[in-house]
Amino acid sequence: MSIDVNGEAIPYIKDETISELLARMNYVFPMLVVVVDGKIIQETEFKSAKFEDGAKIEVIHLTSGG
Amino acid sequence: MKDAEKAKLEARLHRASVGIAGAGGLGSNAAVALARAGVGHLVIVDDDKVEKKNLTRQYYFLDQVGTLKVEALKANIERAVEGVKVDAVAKRLVPGQMAAPFKGVDVVVEALDNAETKTRFVQEVLKDLPGKPVVAASGVAGWGGCERIELKRFAPLHLVRDKRAKSSDEGVLLAPKVCTMANMQANVVLEILLGAEHVD
Repeated sequence: MSIDVNGEAIPYIKDETISELLARMNYVFPMLVVVVDGKIIQETEFKSAKFEDGAKIEVIHLTSGG
Repeated sequence: MKDAEKAKLEARLHRASVGIAGAGGLGSNAAVALARAGVGHLVIVDDDKVEKKNLTRQYYFLDQVGTLKVEALKANIERAVEGVKVDAVAKRLVPGQMAAPFKGVDVVVEALDNAETKTRFVQEVLKDLPGKPVVAASGVAGWGGCERIELKRFAPLHLVRDKRAKSSDEGVLLAPKVCTMANMQANVVLEILLGAEHVD
């Protein structure tokens, strides 16, 4: 029972939302989108979106500079 | 390529419109590349003026210091090529309405500077213009490390990034890497407009 978050294996928690996951990971940078098994989850959906056991999750953020 | 095929490509690019949010290192270089490639209409939004320190990587010249970036960029594009319509929009992108200037374009290029603004902008485009392709960039500071620059495709979001680059608060912004990533963004735009090229 684990998920892959940015290449790190972490325990899967049933019914956890993206928001709860981000809090658990202690991510402090401004989050752009979260990609779950290739599908974009927008910031407006973080509070409701959930994921399955074994999901490959990529948290995308942008770095200053342009 | 045969002349007829080439003419078809040129016509498609000439009919296309691309929005560019920010006319700094990414935006000015992407805009010039797209204009030279033959994109017919560019909507460029930025309210900054050219500063001398910008000249390490932005597509401006010494005699343009102090002028509005969008006006200077329009002038530079019009010096380089003919037949490109440039909408130079000297306005600040206001949170809550950031996507509005880009409603009518085919593709949006995120070419902003600050991480929070970049993030907010892309989120608003994804939310307010559903399905609109947006090409963002992240990690432009520094030099070298070419093998780290990658394209991530999360349609409709396309992200050109160097995940390990320093932020611009800690690193330096220099032409070779900034222009590489700006031109990669422009190259992704062409792919969106024309479809993937068939290669062996």
